[in-house]
Amino acid sequence: MEREFFLLLSVVAIASALLVVVARNPVHSALALVACLVQIAALYVLLGAPFLAVIQIFVYVGAVMVLFLFVIMMLDVRKEAQTRYLKNAALPGVVALVILSGELIVLLTQSARLHAVMGPGQPITSQPSVESLSLLLFQDFLLPFEVASVILLVALIGAVILARADEGTVPARAGKDHATDYRNDTGEGLK
Amino acid sequence: MIPTAWYLILAATLFVIGAAGVLLRRNVLIVLMSLELMLNSITINLLAFGHVLQDLRGQIIAIFVIAITAAEVAIALGILVALLRNKNTLEVDELTVLKG
Repeated sequence: MEREFFLLLSVVAIASALLVVVARNPVHSALALVACLVQIAALYVLLGAPFLAVIQIFVYVGAVMVLFLFVIMMLDVRKEAQTRYLKNAALPGVVALVILSGELIVLLTQSARLHAVMGPGQPITSQPSVESLSLLLFQDFLLPFEVASVILLVALIGAVILARADEGTVPARAGKDHATDYRNDTGEGLK
Repeated sequence: MIPTAWYLILAATLFVIGAAGVLLRRNVLIVLMSLELMLNSITINLLAFGHVLQDLRGQIIAIFVIAITAAEVAIALGILVALLRNKNTLEVDELTVLKG
């Protein structure tokens, strides 16, 4: 039964991941990414990490993707009909992707050290509790935890400073004007 | 019991799809989303190995990855808003400020 669930989740995850890359509209990409992240959260439950699944949904789907959608709505970047992909860098990009996937295939199929680590899999019932996870996090990994909190604080302040309008150069222009400017700009570019 | 190799194959597939988005797409927002996808595939790998080795450190590192990703997205979207305000574009191939 677990294998069927895994196959279902992974097929949906891969399909929605492809949709993220292929979709014309950034809103569709964002929603497909939400679907993909929810599938991955379900896979975390199969991997015996229900706490991580909850964290994934809280942080990624609840915070990160909502932030993405806010930015998409605010900037009005839905004018991308003809120019989905890079034109000049397409060939080197495809070559790099082929090399990367070949490398991964060779690694997954040929590496003896990797196969020594890969077991037949553990049953899900032997999952560790949140209690032992938190004990490990707040004892052995206390310093990285504190450093992560400082990094989050720095990111918060940095994002506020970066996104704030620069009063010196741009005097009191509303966000709506920028969106209109951008739309006009791309409209001319497409013509 | 699901073989660990399945998880690794899934993670590799998602990583390649995310890399395709990063390398081929023109919109900076989609590039950032594909980056999220790549980070998530790495997290699947971490949890798969942590599960098969019965080691909780995989989950700990995954928590840190998620925290750092949240910070990265906040900064990146801040930069993106500033970029749109100053350069009026979100296409990757038109952002050539660093070119000498």
